[in-house]
Amino acid sequence: MTQRSANFWMLFLALSLLVACTAGLGVGAVIVPPGRIWQHLTGQVVSAEHMAEATIIRELRLPRVILACFIGAGLGTAGAGYQALFRNPLADPFVIGASSGAALGATLAIVLGWQATAFGFGTVSLMALAGSLASVALVYLIASVGRSVSMLSLLLAGVAVSSFISALVSLLMFLNDEKLVTIFGWLMGSLSGRGWAVLRSSGPLILAGSIGLWLLSRPLDVLTFGDETATALGIRLGVLRGLVVVAASLATAVGVSAGGIISFVGLISPHVARFLVGARHAYVLPASGLTGATLLVVADCVARSAAAPAEVPVGIVTALLGGPFFLVLLKLRQRELGAF
Amino acid sequence: MPTLSADNLDCRYGRRQALDACSLTAEAGEVLVVMGANGSGKTTLLRALSRSIRPHRGTVLLHERDIWSAPATDMAREIALMPQSERRDWPLTVEEAVSLGRLPHRGWLRPLSTADRATIQQSLEALALVDLRDRPITELSGGEWRRVILARALAQQAGVLLLDEPTNGLDLRFQVEVLRLVRQLAKQQGLSIVLTLHDLNLAAVHADRIALLARRTLLACGTPHEVLTPQRIAETFGIPVTVIPHPVYGTPLVVPLLEENDLVRDRP
Repeated sequence: MTQRSANFWMLFLALSLLVACTAGLGVGAVIVPPGRIWQHLTGQVVSAEHMAEATIIRELRLPRVILACFIGAGLGTAGAGYQALFRNPLADPFVIGASSGAALGATLAIVLGWQATAFGFGTVSLMALAGSLASVALVYLIASVGRSVSMLSLLLAGVAVSSFISALVSLLMFLNDEKLVTIFGWLMGSLSGRGWAVLRSSGPLILAGSIGLWLLSRPLDVLTFGDETATALGIRLGVLRGLVVVAASLATAVGVSAGGIISFVGLISPHVARFLVGARHAYVLPASGLTGATLLVVADCVARSAAAPAEVPVGIVTALLGGPFFLVLLKLRQRELGAF
Repeated sequence: MPTLSADNLDCRYGRRQALDACSLTAEAGEVLVVMGANGSGKTTLLRALSRSIRPHRGTVLLHERDIWSAPATDMAREIALMPQSERRDWPLTVEEAVSLGRLPHRGWLRPLSTADRATIQQSLEALALVDLRDRPITELSGGEWRRVILARALAQQAGVLLLDEPTNGLDLRFQVEVLRLVRQLAKQQGLSIVLTLHDLNLAAVHADRIALLARRTLLACGTPHEVLTPQRIAETFGIPVTVIPHPVYGTPLVVPLLEENDLVRDRP
């Protein structure tokens, strides 16, 4: 991959995101043409008949679209980070328990009916965040021996803890069937009704996690050669792994707490990114972030317009759109994937 | 004063002992070849010398300083390791892979300097990789990939080079060229080079000294003439050999003594 074509594709991804965001602002129960969206955003009110439109765009759709960008970007970068850490193209942001922990936290909050708000988050989100971070920490503790952590143990502990916690979630759902729809709705992921407050509290944290991962891109490149080489090049594996897990978990857990469990974005974005910009993580991580953001913004458009005025959970849309898209990509570029 | 000296090394993988009371020194400007049967501890010795594994007992000194007393990055500027095998899961290009050898010098964030680029270019040239620089490493042949790994180790610009079977998988031309490069680096730039080889005759021609490992410890160390005796080789590898002077170079030439039915005599 030459530098110039990598830069070209980065620009392409950024423009795609811009187009997706415009669509995200325009599409919905009220359809707004792109020209007027810009006028609404800059505050040039066109006429009295479009006043309601201005509110819809600025107070409802704009925070929702930006939040989708942040969550998608966080999942995309976290996925790329975990794939590098595990040297495994099947890793996704939820591989070490971030989603199952969040599910348990959210389910508990819904079942017990706790009500509280802090930092613009409701109880469900806060519990999801706590559950997500707690389960990742548990997996990491189980897998670590002294100051080092074995990747295989981490993967296996992640799978085991996730299954265990998922069983607990299923049990809670089974015992509380009157709240099944609420729980299920959350588990499938949704950006419905997320306003500026949620964005203000979650955006900076997701951004911090993503940028943190990007700062680790060079050691992540070295890590792909294996542990022995990384050590010989002066990398302290324990420190690097810890930093990757902290940064990726922050981006994932905060995203999950704000939007529920959104599958597939974190798995396929890094693959799209590598197809376009090569394998260097300095490019893969931001490209994966842009891809994830675009994907989620588009999926959210579909989620709220496919069955309007009802909303389809966005996690279902990402899987429905992402699955076939990924398979086409796989078929087209099978030679490059041969290495795996 | 030796550049690198290992004293009484005892290395273990869990309970299994891989090196036992092994001592060795490497001088500046010297090519030291480590030899021994499979499982005799050659790779473990290189790992211990490169700080990849911490010995259970014993010390490794670089310029009389314990290699574990300095931060990992500092040591990576002094000692470069070319491992025997390496993963290539992600399709980085040849040039990107080689440029990662500069990591200990530029840290995690600083971009490549002009000097870094010059070093990378030299390393690519030294291993005839210039034409392959934009190729993904996942598409290289085994021998080409070995050259990339060696080029990356060179790009580290370390005073000590540890090469684990650098000629493995290389064709005849590159076996010769890699060992020529190794000698040049030692003689012209004063590097200490420790490498493992399986080919006794290649070692006899190219080594200043040979260290022979057997049963996880050092059996003998000295010039090829001193070390490569029929008794010692038979003892190390468990087959009878005879040693004759090389017809061209006069170095020891080891010839395994085959049995009658190993030989193909009545070819049509």
